[in-house]
Amino acid sequence: MPDSVSRILPTPEVLTETDPPKSGILYRLTLNLKKWLTSSGLRYNLLGVLGFLVLWHLLTAVFKVPLFDKLPGPAETVKEWFSRHPVYGISVFTPEYYQHIGLSCLRVFLAFLLATGLGVPIGLLMGWKKTFSDYTFPILELLRPIPMLAWVPLAILMWPGRESSIVFLTFLGSFFATVLNSWLGVKSIDRAYFRAAASLGASEGLIFRKIVWPGAMPFVFTGLQISMGYAWFSLVAGEMLAGEFGLGYLIWDSYILVQYPVIIIAMITLGLVGSLSSLFIRQVGFRLIKWKVKEAGK
Amino acid sequence: MKINFKKLTKSKTLKRGLFSVALFFILWELSAKFKVPVIGAVPAPTEVLACLRREFFDAYYWYSWGTSLMRITTGFIIAQLLGVPLGLLLGFSQKTRQTIFPLIEIMRPVPPLAWVPVSVVFWPSAEMSMIFVTFLGAFFTVVLNIVEGIDAIDVRFLRAASSLGARRKDIFWHVMLPASLPSVLVGMTVGMGITWCVVVAAEMIATNTGLGYLTWRGYVAGEFPLIVVGMLSIGLAGYLSSGIIRRIGRRFTPWLTGQ
Amino acid sequence: MTLSGAISIKSATKVYDPDGARVLALDNCSMEIGPGEFSVVVGPSGCGKTTLLNAIAGFHALTGGEIFLDGQLLSSQEKPARPGADRIVVFQNGALFPWLTILENITFGPLAQKKLDPAAAKARALELLETMGLAGIALDYPGQVSSGMRRRAEIARAMINSPKVLLLDEPFRALDALTKTVAHQFLLEVYDRTRPTVFFITHDLDEAIFLASKVYIMTTRPATVKLVLDINLPRPRDFRLLASRDYQRLREKCREAVRTEALKAFSAGEREM
Repeated sequence: MPDSVSRILPTPEVLTETDPPKSGILYRLTLNLKKWLTSSGLRYNLLGVLGFLVLWHLLTAVFKVPLFDKLPGPAETVKEWFSRHPVYGISVFTPEYYQHIGLSCLRVFLAFLLATGLGVPIGLLMGWKKTFSDYTFPILELLRPIPMLAWVPLAILMWPGRESSIVFLTFLGSFFATVLNSWLGVKSIDRAYFRAAASLGASEGLIFRKIVWPGAMPFVFTGLQISMGYAWFSLVAGEMLAGEFGLGYLIWDSYILVQYPVIIIAMITLGLVGSLSSLFIRQVGFRLIKWKVKEAGK
Repeated sequence: MKINFKKLTKSKTLKRGLFSVALFFILWELSAKFKVPVIGAVPAPTEVLACLRREFFDAYYWYSWGTSLMRITTGFIIAQLLGVPLGLLLGFSQKTRQTIFPLIEIMRPVPPLAWVPVSVVFWPSAEMSMIFVTFLGAFFTVVLNIVEGIDAIDVRFLRAASSLGARRKDIFWHVMLPASLPSVLVGMTVGMGITWCVVVAAEMIATNTGLGYLTWRGYVAGEFPLIVVGMLSIGLAGYLSSGIIRRIGRRFTPWLTGQ
Repeated sequence: MTLSGAISIKSATKVYDPDGARVLALDNCSMEIGPGEFSVVVGPSGCGKTTLLNAIAGFHALTGGEIFLDGQLLSSQEKPARPGADRIVVFQNGALFPWLTILENITFGPLAQKKLDPAAAKARALELLETMGLAGIALDYPGQVSSGMRRRAEIARAMINSPKVLLLDEPFRALDALTKTVAHQFLLEVYDRTRPTVFFITHDLDEAIFLASKVYIMTTRPATVKLVLDINLPRPRDFRLLASRDYQRLREKCREAVRTEALKAFSAGEREM
């Protein structure tokens, strides 16, 4: 337990006023990679992951411990996943696999686009204009406590096709997070900046472009990351209950058809696609809010 | 949060808020009446109210509350019992973190609901699988919040403690633990929200009890106002349970009030 | 009156090396601080004063040179100092534990070192708070009292351990001018009571001369001592001193030296730390 105490105590304060000699994503990545490969951390990282796989293998395939014996083991799953002729019809060599991934991604992308397109302006406006927030905030607070997945039946009822209900559900998941964080973003801006801009004679449009927008940016991007997570979260529910394709549907369908290795494949795929999408947003966000990162080094 | 009622009743904010909420309900009622596409499919407030009155005296409705609450409580408590110590351990010990954290990072992006089928296959009873999924919903949030909380502890506090002669054990109990407590509580509140979300969906997918199933039944049986009643009940239940967590949290962090 | 607490800093050097960018923060810096001396270190922002203080406190190691406390090796390249209750730090933004009441904060040290049992520690702390005029806030949390009160309570938290050395890192920086004068008076009273060695960092010249027995003016980074100024003003001091001719003369001298360094730092584009 105490080795982190010594880790924290004698740390030199990093002098932040000197910029690293080189910057840029590639440089940082290689630097991190080098650090990781040479650190003792890697050993433990591998130990953890390998230990987990071995344990999983032993429990399911070797000793067939009760409860675990019904689950597919790692070897079985990987074999199926990378087989040219998969027993259950899903592997990296079958077009169906990519169809499921593609459709799920498309739904998330559409919903995320809608949620961002509507949520960011609404959130920013709520934070900026009191009149607007007076009218909209109560409605938001009225609807927000309802967990997004409780909307599933209503969504199916409201929208004519399955496709639109799933996209609507996914949209709901991201929308509230986006609005709330954009709103918080504007609220986090020092009021003095608005007064300074006003006394310098800035127009409303200029205040929005030069203060509201850049000032709220860090929060907006945190919101987008969260909302991406929620989008995948509710997508799975929507697809499980109403889908005909997509990774969530694949999981449910494989359960019904007792094709258990496919469930695991689909779960891992979901995790991978989900992390890739949030990584993408982080990178975009990092580029757009560089000034904030620099200032935070103070 | 203290509300100054006298000030509030005079304020424009309240009037505007009431106006828009009233407008919201009127539009909802009208759109249901005139069968506006999409929104018109939502049962009108008056129907919902009638349904709510019926359900209120129905034992099955309260039974659904009970089952959902039971699942939430069990799953949530197990998540805390396992998640809090694990989070603390990961926050304090670099080696444990390096061993276990990658696993958490790998599993976390998998939406909790994707676990439902595996969980149903694995656990011998439906109830257990339901509780397991609920547990998962809160578990990762709690662990990650504690780790973040510990990482965010101001180094000044650790230095001040060691400067005052505190040993590592004292630093653990008297600095790191209380300093990370607020983020533990934030993790619990967020985790509670996610837990409700998960349990509701899991009930729709894999059982025939609980508030989630009640809502789903409204859809399947064509009793549409029941859907909205179910949603409102779930919203209320979630709101109340977060409130309880916050209240308990305030008791444990007296220094955060009155600042 | 203690006769211990002499700090001897011999050619202290510190190089930071974040991501391969070598930054020389302390260069061959030497100081001799006598026992019970109120030494104030003045220098432009970011010049490495805090680096020196942290090395004495034992928060990080030096990359060259040595620091001795009462003739015993405290810190060198091979042997980083351990933080200890003989050298207590009062931090720039204050580091009272927000989750403990003022009283609990003050008993933290004696209890952590197991010097007193809880009842005795409490009694001792209350007594100290009484003499320091802080008895009224004993049961409040730090977040509930003013920042001036917090600073004083933090000094009390240090003093209950009767440290040989009190290390203060711009403790009054965030206070407004009025609160600051009260805090100065408070610190001087504390100092006059037991005369610990004080190592006080600031970039406020008035504060430096008003408090110090010796002012060390540092160069801009890498920091070395540029000028040592003896402040032979009588103690106990109070605010009337500020108007005296001696004070004005010392201040002028000090300002000249600091200004040269500040200009250098300014043209080098230093940022505030």
